Amino acid sequence: MSVRTKLLIILGVIGLSIWGFYPPDQKINLGLDLKGGVHLVLRVHTDDALRLETELTAERLRAALTAAAVTVGNVAAASPTEIRVEGVQNDQAYRAAATDIETNFSRSSGAGSYTYTMKPNIVNQLREEAVNQALQTIERRVNELGVAEPIVARHGGADQILVQLPGVTEVDRAKEIIRSTALLELKLVEQGPFPTKEAAAQAYTNNLPPDLEVIPGRDEGQGGSTPATVFYVVKKVAAVAGRDLRSAQQSLDEFNQSAVQFTLKQDAAVRFGTFTQASIGRRLAIVLDDRVMSAPTIQARIADSGQITGITREEMQDLVITLKSGALPASLTYLEERTVGPSLGADSIRAGVTAAIGGLLLVLVFMLFYYRLAGLNAITSIVVNLLLLLGALGYFGATMTLPGFAGFILTIGIGVDSNVLIFERIKEELAAGKGVRAAVNAGFDRVWWTIVDTHIASLIAAMFLFNFGTGPIRGFATTLAIGLAANVFTAIFVSRTMFEIFLTRRRAAALSI
Amino acid sequence: MRILTDVNIDWLRWRWHALVLSWVIILAGTGLVATRGLPLGIDFSGGTNVVVRFEQPVTVEQVRGALEAIPGDKTIQQYGAPANREMLIKLPLSLEAQDGIALEKTATEVVTRLQSANVGKLEVQSTEVVGPVIGNDLQRKGIYATVASLLGIMLYIAFRFRLSFGIGAMVASIHDVLITMAMLVFFGYELSLNVVAAILTLVGYGVNDQIVIFDRVRENLRANRREPISAIINRSVNQTLPRTVITAGTTFLSVLSLYLFGGEVLEPFAFAMLVGIVTSTYSTVFIASAIAVLLSQGKSRAGSAAPTSETGARPARKGRARAS
Repeated sequence: MSVRTKLLIILGVIGLSIWGFYPPDQKINLGLDLKGGVHLVLRVHTDDALRLETELTAERLRAALTAAAVTVGNVAAASPTEIRVEGVQNDQAYRAAATDIETNFSRSSGAGSYTYTMKPNIVNQLREEAVNQALQTIERRVNELGVAEPIVARHGGADQILVQLPGVTEVDRAKEIIRSTALLELKLVEQGPFPTKEAAAQAYTNNLPPDLEVIPGRDEGQGGSTPATVFYVVKKVAAVAGRDLRSAQQSLDEFNQSAVQFTLKQDAAVRFGTFTQASIGRRLAIVLDDRVMSAPTIQARIADSGQITGITREEMQDLVITLKSGALPASLTYLEERTVGPSLGADSIRAGVTAAIGGLLLVLVFMLFYYRLAGLNAITSIVVNLLLLLGALGYFGATMTLPGFAGFILTIGIGVDSNVLIFERIKEELAAGKGVRAAVNAGFDRVWWTIVDTHIASLIAAMFLFNFGTGPIRGFATTLAIGLAANVFTAIFVSRTMFEIFLTRRRAAALSI
Repeated sequence: MRILTDVNIDWLRWRWHALVLSWVIILAGTGLVATRGLPLGIDFSGGTNVVVRFEQPVTVEQVRGALEAIPGDKTIQQYGAPANREMLIKLPLSLEAQDGIALEKTATEVVTRLQSANVGKLEVQSTEVVGPVIGNDLQRKGIYATVASLLGIMLYIAFRFRLSFGIGAMVASIHDVLITMAMLVFFGYELSLNVVAAILTLVGYGVNDQIVIFDRVRENLRANRREPISAIINRSVNQTLPRTVITAGTTFLSVLSLYLFGGEVLEPFAFAMLVGIVTSTYSTVFIASAIAVLLSQGKSRAGSAAPTSETGARPARKGRARAS
């Protein structure tokens, strides 16, 4: 390969790199630590989804037993994955009636009792579904919030979700919107309201039937800003639930207060119509996240719409977002929260750039002082190395973070390292009495494998670092790895070409090194 | 210009002194950790960190007073240069955070309490709230990543050179990690994600010096088969000494810039790197080579007594025999 071809290749690479990152404010992805925003890690309590499935199955079993006129003592969910059936009298009739349950549960029997345990593959499948559903729901909510370039992704452990919201400053509101379950259920009121939970239990002489439950709610009778809490006894099984919802929008109630109007999907509307027809005169609890928002009396058959009242204006806006995006399949808790204010991000960029330029200058001065003209050579290859690094960052859309600047600085250090290695070798060869050209050739040839070995060793560490780290550290591992790869090219190819240009231009008898 | 040429230092003679010095530092560090505990940063211990910038100068006592009502052992300190008027407020992991309830409140509570106190306007620079699950997870991953990269690099060197060199490199790297951690403890730095990143980088970087020396050892071994390995290693260390010193110097300079200008967040990282660069240069010369010699000695003695099993050794002997 002629020197001219090599030079063209180098110029081409420089051109491509600059095209890759210019203009930097558009092409270089900044991490949250540099542009500001919120980083959240949530845990999906997948047990909730299991419990729901188990309770539904228990409910279906009860219904099936009633339909087949089989009497048993008690059917209840004993744990998120277990159902216990007690007091079975007619074993044969029971078995015939309870066949459906065995698709998802495995049975073990005791004396007059059965325990059903959810099959492991079903458990895994439900957990997986719960996390994926939560992920999709959060994605919809974040999109409704109008955040630019959010990240919602599975994270680390099997039940963790990472949410990154660049530029968001209303952290608490964002967190609440992401986290609220937004499970809307319409349940028939059996009795109530009661002033206390105990009073509600008393009404059933402390022996609540298994298909009923006591849930708290707002006392509608009283006005005032903070209405007292009352308790309703309602049917456990909802007549209509969140997934039957078609849409939700902001509206006003009869007293001109904030409310959310919702409409149901067609099949749910048919069910709801029949249900309300049959329950005229009774009260219907509108339950949001296990709290009764209101319990109006059913006046007539209701087809497909309803209203959630008793909320503030702000709550109304957020409730529409969460209802529209659907209910979460399980509750969520926050495991980690990091926010970076926008001014801190800008400060960090300034500090990082200053440090990188400072490092480059210090090294530059030393190299020129110690290696004279050959120092120029090293500087060129380091600058090309940094350009390549920037270009690759832009081209691959890798994320630049604050520790990423450390990657730049180490790239400078490692770039110098390779050059020093080569130069010292050339000096040794010159000292041993070799001619200039032979010394340069020997210098580059002898250190080739050394450079490959040192770079691979550093890449091994960078790889594990990438695997270990979260966002900012990954940015560091990325810049370090790209810098290492680029350095093999610049230290060997660029630096050598520079020497060759020098050697062809003059009949050099001595080398300024 | 050339420095450190034609040095002829018997490095291996000093290896026992070096070993004692290293052990003193490591044991002192371990002693400090044993009495005071390993200072874990929020990434690993969990808890809440809030950095606030005030419009007017505010004292630590004022901030402490404003946060009186928040229970727990609070740490409040100046963050960065006093001119920045920034404070770092640290809260430990509260008991409720175990089930993820309080995690959502602590940072907000600090900010609202400061806003309602009489300390002037303020701007929240950053908040970090880390729960125990994440902390434990990161601890485990950090240890795993360090051990894995140590082993990975050892295997690579063993594959490219000899097993004894690989072991020498690994022991030297472990030494670097321990010394760096001891120094971090002495200077009051906390173990954070960034510091672990620095340590992992050091593992990769420290090996560079060793590879350069091992490469030279291999080259010299090929040229002089009869010389004892300790002499060859000594000569190789001396031959590559200018390069070792210069590269350590230049990398030190560039990281120094990071330490001085890189800001508060990267300072511990830069400090760990600075210590590590010095330590790894020292350990390459004294430790990696010494262990490589120790482990190779049995082998080379066997080699001088009988033909080695290494391919290439036999034909060379034959060639020499014929020539004489």
